[in-house]
Amino acid sequence: MASDSTNDAFVVFDRVQKSYDGETLVVKDLNLSLPKGEFLTMLGPSGSGKTTCLMMLAGFETATHGEILLDGKPINNIPPHKRGIGMVFQNYALFPHMTVAENLAFPLEVRKMGKSEREAKVKRALDMVQMGEFGGRRPAQLSGGQQQRIALARALVFEPELVLMDEPLGALDKQLREHMQFEITSIAHNLGITTVYVTHDQTEALTMSDRVAVFEDGRIQQLAPPDELYEAPQNSFVAQFIGENNTLEGVVETISNGECTVRVADGSLIDAKPVNVTKPGEKTLISIRPERVEMGKSRLHPDAHTLKAEVLEFIYMGDIFRTRLRVAGRDDFVIKTRNAPDQKRLKPGEQIEIGWLAEDARALDA
Amino acid sequence: MSDATTADTAKNPSRPEAVLAADGTPLKKSLNRALRRQKIRALMLIAPLLLFVLISFVAPIGDMLFRSVENQIVSETLPRTVVALKEWDEASGEPPSEQVYQALYRDMFISVERKEHTRVGQRLNYETTGISSLFRKSGRKMDDIAEPYEDLILDVDKGWKTPERWATLYDSAGTSLPAFTSAYEAFVETMTEDGKDPATTKPWEMFYSELYDDIATGDAAGYNGPLSAELAAVTNAVQGFAAPSFADAFTEIEEDWADHEVWGTIKVYAPRFTPGYFLTSIDMQLGPDGIEAQPEEKQIYITLFKRTLIMSLVITGSCILLGYPVAWLLANLPMRVSNLLMILVLLPFWTSLLVRTSAWKVLLQQQGVINDLLVWIGLISDEGRLVMINNATGTIIAMTHILLPFMILPLYSVMQTIPPTYLRAAKSLGATNWTAFWRVYFPQSVPGIGAGSILVFILSIGYYITPEIVGGTKGVFISNRIAYHISSSLNWGLAAALGSILLAVVLLLYWAYDKIVGIDNVKLG
Ligand SMILES: Nc1ncnc2c1ncn2[C@@H]1O[C@H](COP(=O)(O)OP(=O)(O)O)[C@@H](O)[C@H]1O
Ligand SMILES: [Mg+2]
Repeated sequence: MASDSTNDAFVVFDRVQKSYDGETLVVKDLNLSLPKGEFLTMLGPSGSGKTTCLMMLAGFETATHGEILLDGKPINNIPPHKRGIGMVFQNYALFPHMTVAENLAFPLEVRKMGKSEREAKVKRALDMVQMGEFGGRRPAQLSGGQQQRIALARALVFEPELVLMDEPLGALDKQLREHMQFEITSIAHNLGITTVYVTHDQTEALTMSDRVAVFEDGRIQQLAPPDELYEAPQNSFVAQFIGENNTLEGVVETISNGECTVRVADGSLIDAKPVNVTKPGEKTLISIRPERVEMGKSRLHPDAHTLKAEVLEFIYMGDIFRTRLRVAGRDDFVIKTRNAPDQKRLKPGEQIEIGWLAEDARALDA
Repeated sequence: MSDATTADTAKNPSRPEAVLAADGTPLKKSLNRALRRQKIRALMLIAPLLLFVLISFVAPIGDMLFRSVENQIVSETLPRTVVALKEWDEASGEPPSEQVYQALYRDMFISVERKEHTRVGQRLNYETTGISSLFRKSGRKMDDIAEPYEDLILDVDKGWKTPERWATLYDSAGTSLPAFTSAYEAFVETMTEDGKDPATTKPWEMFYSELYDDIATGDAAGYNGPLSAELAAVTNAVQGFAAPSFADAFTEIEEDWADHEVWGTIKVYAPRFTPGYFLTSIDMQLGPDGIEAQPEEKQIYITLFKRTLIMSLVITGSCILLGYPVAWLLANLPMRVSNLLMILVLLPFWTSLLVRTSAWKVLLQQQGVINDLLVWIGLISDEGRLVMINNATGTIIAMTHILLPFMILPLYSVMQTIPPTYLRAAKSLGATNWTAFWRVYFPQSVPGIGAGSILVFILSIGYYITPEIVGGTKGVFISNRIAYHISSSLNWGLAAALGSILLAVVLLLYWAYDKIVGIDNVKLG
């Protein structure tokens, strides 16, 4: 059943479907495989089925259809406590009536581990998250970030090969979140564990993961490493969801040799790279990253197409300038320019000419 | 060590200065002023309830505590007897002296006139049965005791029949006629209370015996008022008169007046306050030699207290066992289903307690539904029908049913706050369903169990209606006995003592619970 590429895979979702109410599918035909040691992130808007996938993997929900394999073995009929999967919950789920050390010892105790070995492991896990001093405290006596570390330590203390994390940093403030992102990835890589991480924060997904699976409406829209996801989105949903993105609606005019021209709303032609279009006459959405837009023709091909634009707003952001333009009838077109000594600071009302390399403008599905 | 401390204090002699508000007053003071209005308003909001609680709850409890030791009635109704009895040694086994009987005669006569003798008889009857009828019967005969004296004096001069004569005598007596004066004062007081004029009301027969007494003791010789001549005539007549003995007169009326046990009871219960009710409540009594056990056949209260406590514990336990799963379902089922279930749980609250209890009677009796069913199935034979009502089993079944909501509701409200992720977390960490429940879920639901248990236990310890209806004799609680003493035997003092003990037991348990579990571990919502 499984294809060749999944032979050495550690976790495999094979045509998995899930419905809670028997009427709508929350997860639709999910195929996913990840090798040992990979850090995979499920990214998607709220309600897109990420948690459901995680719960099916952990054993708290059963797949309505399809199979989930762990290390080559189907796990549909293995109860959660026998799967040996570490898990970090969004609200941490630290047991409030136990101390931190008791929380950490819990998975070891239920595995009937001896006292001295248990204590050594708990200590090692606490040291790993730099919380060695806090073993005697109750979870309620810890800050959010500290609870987060304890939850992480508890999920790792029994040395699982697979760890699942469901929006573990959702409740932390920005600075702490960034710090913890770094810590989680470095621990995961040091221990060589396989991680499935769920988040709706795209920065988190991009900075932490080996690969990102973008979810929407119960389907994986694209599964790729972060750079590919950002630079080469496969469809307009991914392009919009990841990073900042300008879109222009249009109709394909010509298409040849991996390049195409598209006529946009105001009648002008632009160059683009056909991704989801195959023939002239098709409607398309062009996606261009704000930092790939050029002002003037100096760095473009001599017969590249350009568009007229009017500056609406200029925002000084320190390291970059963010300029909002009116282009082809839309006034939400944004460009970003580096704050270099020779960079021109535009004024509202100014008329300029913009263009781009054909491969930076991706003609996606409309 | 001490060096270091002195050095520290020497280094830091100045205390931190009080922080001042913008206008220069100390911050604490201006804060207090700002908060005072709020406090007064809050106080006014709770004032109606506070008053209500004070009047309808605290005051009755205070009254109950007072009643449980109060014993004024004996010393107020029989003041002379109580004083005279001090001399009497009950250990001698002999009836008391003639003086005591005379004092009893005076007290009895007055209390008969005031219609108080039956009440004191009833009070003493709680301690020694028979005293009530002794007092009632003797009361009617007090005039008989006075009769020889009346005849003696009236034979001398019929003028002594008029109220005016006695009034004049009293006014002119000074200190010369102490016995008569005391009797006349009681007469005046009684008449005034009854709204009659002592100067025109028929005189008490007792005056004759008291006047005789004053003459016999020689006190009357000191009289020199307007009635000296009349008094001299009586004194002459008295010379040859052989006064009958009061002791004989009383024993003639009732043999029991020679019984030293009756006198022992009067003496023991003479003080204004008595531990007697409390002692009775724990199957003890005050004897002549101090505290002793009640006779075997009268020992019921300790048994009742024990039964009440044990059965309340059993009821609380069965409420936990039955209520826990229901509360769990309530907290974990989807909203729509759990609402329906909640209505079922609350349904008993909407039906009369009496109806529910009577329904159990129908179900549980020997010719009842359950027995019929069991016989029909063949589990028991027709002769072997189970006795499930009018005994402890009936009380436990019916009360568990009635008190179940009080266990389920606090449990439910606590369980609702336990997120299901805890169980999932425990399972993901390798715990089986049972371990996850027992190590993670259950400890977090303990506050609910605590709250429910306190509620159910305290309610059941004082329950009355249900044990009364389905308890028979073997399934009644101490509260049923309290109710009996309040409404049937009218021994309110004993009822108050039993109630006070119950209150003390509850407080004690509450304290123990606080020590063991911690009262802040109790969550009602
Ligand atoms: N236990 C459940 N019962 C019914 N519907 C559910 C349940 N859990 C999630 N859903 C539905 O499934 C969809 C996906 O939910 P979820 O997997 O939690 O999404 P995400 O984690 O991506 O936000 C949502 O529409 C949600 O309403
Ligand atoms: Mg989710």
